[in-house]
Amino acid sequence: MKFMGFLLLVAGWAIVLGAMVILPGGTPRAVFVLAGAGVEAVGLGLAIRAHAVSKGAFR
Amino acid sequence: MIPSPSLNPSGDATAICFALVLLIPFAAAGLALINTGLGRTRSAAHMMMASLCVFSAAALAYFICGFSWQGFAGGYAHILMLGGKEWNWIGAGPFFLRGMDPGNASVTLAATFGMLSTGVAVLIPLGSGADRWRLGAACASAALMAGLTFPLFAHWAWSGGWLAQLGANYGLGRGFVDVGGAGAIQAVGGLTALSIAWILGPRRGKFASDGMPSAIPGHNSVYVLLGCLLTLLGWWGLNGAGAILFGGVEAGRVAYIAINTLLSAAASAGAAAVLTRARYGRPDASLTANGWVGGLAASSAACAFVVPAASVVIGILAGALVTFSVEWFEARMRVDDPGGAISAHGLGGMWGLLSVALFARIPVNEGGASSGAGQWLAQVIGIATLLGFVLPLTYGLNWLLNRVMPQRVAPEGERQGMDLYELGAGAYPELATHADEFTQHRT
Repeated sequence: MKFMGFLLLVAGWAIVLGAMVILPGGTPRAVFVLAGAGVEAVGLGLAIRAHAVSKGAFR
Repeated sequence: MIPSPSLNPSGDATAICFALVLLIPFAAAGLALINTGLGRTRSAAHMMMASLCVFSAAALAYFICGFSWQGFAGGYAHILMLGGKEWNWIGAGPFFLRGMDPGNASVTLAATFGMLSTGVAVLIPLGSGADRWRLGAACASAALMAGLTFPLFAHWAWSGGWLAQLGANYGLGRGFVDVGGAGAIQAVGGLTALSIAWILGPRRGKFASDGMPSAIPGHNSVYVLLGCLLTLLGWWGLNGAGAILFGGVEAGRVAYIAINTLLSAAASAGAAAVLTRARYGRPDASLTANGWVGGLAASSAACAFVVPAASVVIGILAGALVTFSVEWFEARMRVDDPGGAISAHGLGGMWGLLSVALFARIPVNEGGASSGAGQWLAQVIGIATLLGFVLPLTYGLNWLLNRVMPQRVAPEGERQGMDLYELGAGAYPELATHADEFTQHRT
């Protein structure tokens, strides 16, 4: 789950960069940038939860 | 490699900028005191020692390769051509500050600002790793941050990098705006603090087996609150000098920037005090201090481009955000962050970046056109870069470091206290060390 969280963080950023490079300006680019940020938010949530439930959190 | 756009503070601007840069070490001193006061008695000397050591390690790493990769506007840079646009992604200057013209004030000021800024940034994770982070590992981690993580993002935001050029290349307002380092210093430091808290794990006794946190109060509120006052001086330096060097702001605006910085911090601390008073019956000193620092961090991005009333709003929201997120990270997410660094610097900094899009009126060109939807997108892309690139990078680097050089002190060291275990002497030799000082006393 931790690995998946970080993977989604990087994937979200790749979507943001891809939107800037590939898409023309205007709404499509903005939508894809926000979608990439959304993927990152999911990844961050996953990474945070993964660390919270890991055994190390209750030493 | 082609030269980046030039920057040229001259005459009075150079003198004022230099004077402001000299204030930045106060931010480091303030953060060191805050981190020390929020830690345990038996780790106080270790925290101050670690503050000095990581500051030194950061300065040396920045000297070796950091400034080379951060570069400066007008310096050499590696540029990729993507989609027919230039993507300036890393500086290409010589290592060890070679070839620097001592008479070129704009370059030497940028280097001095960067060296001191990275010194401030590496102190931020110390707050989240308090009471359990080994001195040598903290220095190695600081060197990684000052030598790679910080320069990369600073290049993108400050030195004509691709984030700064989002405006010129893609018509997104003025490009990513972060004049005082809300992203490059605060958010990078805060995200590294999160990585360190994850990698080190919580202090022994912090969480019960059912996950319930126990309070481990800071040992000296006086240090913490004095540190807050010192940080204000440092932030005046960061925000003022950053605005002149990287925001193209006239030197005459520094007093206005100082007012905005103070208002943001004051409103944020006030909001934190009121909120903790309402929730717990009494204002909480450590959360109010975190609110103050969060307000300072939030002020850094937009301080030169907002009206004072907007600074107050930015500060109030920062104070509320920091207060709730400190509790959320500890109680819900089981993250042990004794200094509140993740919330104050990480979230505070990112909120500051977003506030540029909400409140700032930034002249995009000579005609005075101001930012709009494009500026929103530029700021969102900057925050997405922090979360999608900087966080995985800094976590990965520190995870690797932890494999070759364990970062957490041995259980015996944590029980004994970092002072005795790593330094051989305590900060307060006249005091007995309490084995159970983290137990909450009933009043």
